[in-house]
Amino acid sequence: MQRESAIREPLILGDKSYHDITEDVCAPVEGKANKYWYIVFSISVMVALWGVGCILYTIGRGIGTWGLNTTVAWAWDITNFVWWVGIGHAGTLISAVLLLFRQKWRMAINRSAEAMTIFAVIMAALFPGIHMGRIWMAYWVFPLPNQFGSLWVNFNSPLLWDVFAISTYFSVSLVFWYIGLIPDFATIRDRAVKPISKMAYSVLSFGWTGNAKAWIRFEEVSLVLAGLATPLVFSVHSIVSMDFATSVIPGWHTTIFPPYFVAGAIFSGFAMVQTLLLIARKVLSLESYITVQHAEYMNIVIVITGSMVGVAYLSELFISWYSGVEYEGYAFMNRATGPYWWAYWSMMTCNVVTPQLFWFKKIRRSFIASFVLSIFVNVGMWFERFVIIVTSLHRDYIPSSWSMFHPTFVDIGIFLGTIGIFFTLFLLFSRFFPVLALNELKSILKSSGENYKKQH
Amino acid sequence: MSKAIYALYNDDEVMVDGAKSILSKNIRIKDVYSPFPVHGLENILGIKWTRLAITAFLYGLTALALALIGLWFFMIKDWPMNIGGKPNNFLYQNLPAFIPITFEFTVLCAAHGMAITYLIRNRTLPGMKARNPHPRTTDDHFCIEIDRAENAGMSDDEIRTVLQETNPVEIFEK
Repeated sequence: MQRESAIREPLILGDKSYHDITEDVCAPVEGKANKYWYIVFSISVMVALWGVGCILYTIGRGIGTWGLNTTVAWAWDITNFVWWVGIGHAGTLISAVLLLFRQKWRMAINRSAEAMTIFAVIMAALFPGIHMGRIWMAYWVFPLPNQFGSLWVNFNSPLLWDVFAISTYFSVSLVFWYIGLIPDFATIRDRAVKPISKMAYSVLSFGWTGNAKAWIRFEEVSLVLAGLATPLVFSVHSIVSMDFATSVIPGWHTTIFPPYFVAGAIFSGFAMVQTLLLIARKVLSLESYITVQHAEYMNIVIVITGSMVGVAYLSELFISWYSGVEYEGYAFMNRATGPYWWAYWSMMTCNVVTPQLFWFKKIRRSFIASFVLSIFVNVGMWFERFVIIVTSLHRDYIPSSWSMFHPTFVDIGIFLGTIGIFFTLFLLFSRFFPVLALNELKSILKSSGENYKKQH
Repeated sequence: MSKAIYALYNDDEVMVDGAKSILSKNIRIKDVYSPFPVHGLENILGIKWTRLAITAFLYGLTALALALIGLWFFMIKDWPMNIGGKPNNFLYQNLPAFIPITFEFTVLCAAHGMAITYLIRNRTLPGMKARNPHPRTTDDHFCIEIDRAENAGMSDDEIRTVLQETNPVEIFEK
């Protein structure tokens, strides 16, 4: 049996046995939801329905219903797309990269972080889909034999790379998530008493048996998938950044974009995980598993990636001046002091200044401070994408075509709607799926559980 | 008469010690069911390590070749396009722009190919029936399975005596 240094804080608090872990994780699935769940769920569904209405209105009327104009042809839709993809980065990062580094603390958070990833990527994929205008022709992005001569998609274009990157990322994350879920569904199946849930979880668990060889295969598949998913995570947001970086718009055309976007994605993803898990640990009574130690580890990732993003902002500014390119220089001057100064400074405050508070141990280990600062990061990262996209476009090379972007109710409705759909999916997940990887938690109980650590 | 005898334990370390002592008495263990991976068990039971990682590599290699052939056909052979004056007479000239999709496609096929192989090899597919002998082996119990046919030289009482010495919570037949 593996023993762990006494200096390390326990990751599972209280006097827990293997059976207690099963009980605690299955409780939300087997019991009835409390009234807070119903309140939050109702609000989310209403917002989601409003969003669906706005999406259908867009599809029916065309994207003229948005606030776009000839100068600002990309605005909230792409902002929201990049924001959601960024959020979708933490899940696979937690489950894959932290698995390769053998970080035991990931086991309490990986399941919900992966669920969050999947829902966030669904939300992200929605935006390019509806931005095409004629969504029924969305299959044109794939290289399919067709009747127009043999006309293929342009494989030199980063927009097409994005199609491949996002769809690969989504499907690989889904498989990674589900393979981890199978043994946990089996646990629920073997405990189920009601015939309907017994049948449902029998189907979902694919007949998992848990014999010795199956577990060997399970561990090997998790490891190899983690090894494949790690470069995938880094490639996806690099490719998203190339959508901008390979064009010749001042403010976009920079080589720093791929690492800067990846750092930003990890930053915003961890912030969203923090936001969701701090609520979930209270609502689902998981205080023994998602501890202050977990919050602190995530805050450390947030402060490090936040600082990387800060360095990227400053190098961009410096290079725009140092390069001597007047268009580049103007683009950045316009961001900071032009009509969108408020967006730029919101971004700077939320992404660079406030996360630095996490250098203080007291703040890092406070649930309330972590929650508030994680919201700041979520807001700041949305503004980052807005600043990059809209402020670079709205004043182009011809001053006569300069304009501003004003969102319509449809723009706002779709954005809020995706947040509603996201929370609806997450709340359903928390009721029907095991929110913690309970089988993996059991494997660290004897090395990292509080009661076992006290014994030796 | 039932095919197998099972010993149920409530702790992984007791089960591992039990498995060692059962094997030392020349009784063959058919399988072990546990709620989570018990490390080191494969050496005790003499189970060979899985070759799934090799299959992932092979799927990836196939995908890499397919992606490059496809990109060459679409962009160089079938319908060459001059995009921004970038040279595209040969695959290697256009290769830098093909790297992202080649990489994504390789990962896609390696991951999915391995996952499908995993599900088939484990006999875990939608609609399959679970074969674990006791429902608590997915909760907090560990179960050793002794096949009668594999231990034809031993009587039932002999096997049961050996199992009883390993401190199980229950011995049952199925």
